[in-house]
Amino acid sequence: MQTCITLIDLLEKKMLLILLGVLILHVIILILLIVSTAATAWSVANSGRKDLWYKCSNSGDYHCLPSSNEDWIQAVQALMILSVLFCFFSLIAFLYQLFRLVKGGRFFFTAIFQILASVFVMCGAIIYTVMRPEDKKIYTHFGYAYVLAWVAFPLCLISGLIYIVLRKKE
Amino acid sequence: MLTFLALTSVALLGIVPEQSQAIVIYTGWERHALVGSDIRLSCSFFSWRWTSEDVTFSWTYRPDGSRDAISIFHYTGGAAYVDNKGPFRDRLEFVGNPGRRDGSILLKNLELSDNGTFTCDAKNPPDIVGRPSSVRLLVFEKVPIQAGVITGAIIGVVLGLLVLIVVIYYLMRFLVARRVFSLSVSKHGKKKKEGSQQRQGPVPPADPSKIKV
Repeated sequence: MQTCITLIDLLEKKMLLILLGVLILHVIILILLIVSTAATAWSVANSGRKDLWYKCSNSGDYHCLPSSNEDWIQAVQALMILSVLFCFFSLIAFLYQLFRLVKGGRFFFTAIFQILASVFVMCGAIIYTVMRPEDKKIYTHFGYAYVLAWVAFPLCLISGLIYIVLRKKE
Repeated sequence: MLTFLALTSVALLGIVPEQSQAIVIYTGWERHALVGSDIRLSCSFFSWRWTSEDVTFSWTYRPDGSRDAISIFHYTGGAAYVDNKGPFRDRLEFVGNPGRRDGSILLKNLELSDNGTFTCDAKNPPDIVGRPSSVRLLVFEKVPIQAGVITGAIIGVVLGLLVLIVVIYYLMRFLVARRVFSLSVSKHGKKKKEGSQQRQGPVPPADPSKIKV
């Protein structure tokens, strides 16, 4: 009886820890996505940095102009915003399903939204990688916001897969 | 009080026409067009006087980057004179109605070199003091995309699809529930599903013999 109670207690605590860990991972992914979308650091060079929304110069007067209106940049903007939105929806769905799901049920909506968010980040990062114009005059390399997008994509996918296998016990 | 009002109104009537003897000319601010298309540059004016018979309209053109303007159109004495030597020969047409104070011109078959500023100057004698008004023409190879149009479109479409899918999902669930319910009632069967469905949805007054607990 005693061992039964301690086992159940451990299981509960383990479940709680798992849920907490998954929640913290989800919040970290959301923060990564928001920073990647909002920071003007997809391409950096000595003279300045640019994309996704502005291009800012480092020399002379530090000013920022709106970035070019080409169709691929607008597509990347849309995909990044959609990924942030879907990650946020998935967080809301997770919190909702945490309290309202029947026992043994799966976090279906959470997983769907999270996987869709990861697909959107992947598409956005791929489009940016492929369509970025080659600038031979100034040596530009990818900035931290671009790296964050590529980091957020596998994390988001893993998080979505965790939600697929996660089952609400107790 | 009344005399004061009368005096001020008379004074205003005296002052206002004095100042607004100036003729006011209206054109657009900026016009965008595609290469090869036609564009109508409108010009009209406001004047306190009646439209006189000696009303004149004249258009001048200053290319981008140049400091000199050339005259391309002039309407006077009831006749319109279009450019027959300059950059707009055979491409300019007068489509205005001077009687209605409209001095618009039509530029046909635009080229990239037509980028520049077009100035319209109208005179309505004796109302001749006024400032000419300019319209800037921008000719594009293809229509430039405005910022945020594609972004907004993609986001709108995806979110719309999401809402649609959720609505359809719940609608299907609702419809399937109703259909199963109506099916078992019409069949008069004593199935388990009938009992469970009767417990779920809104139950119409049913035959007591059918209710199973």
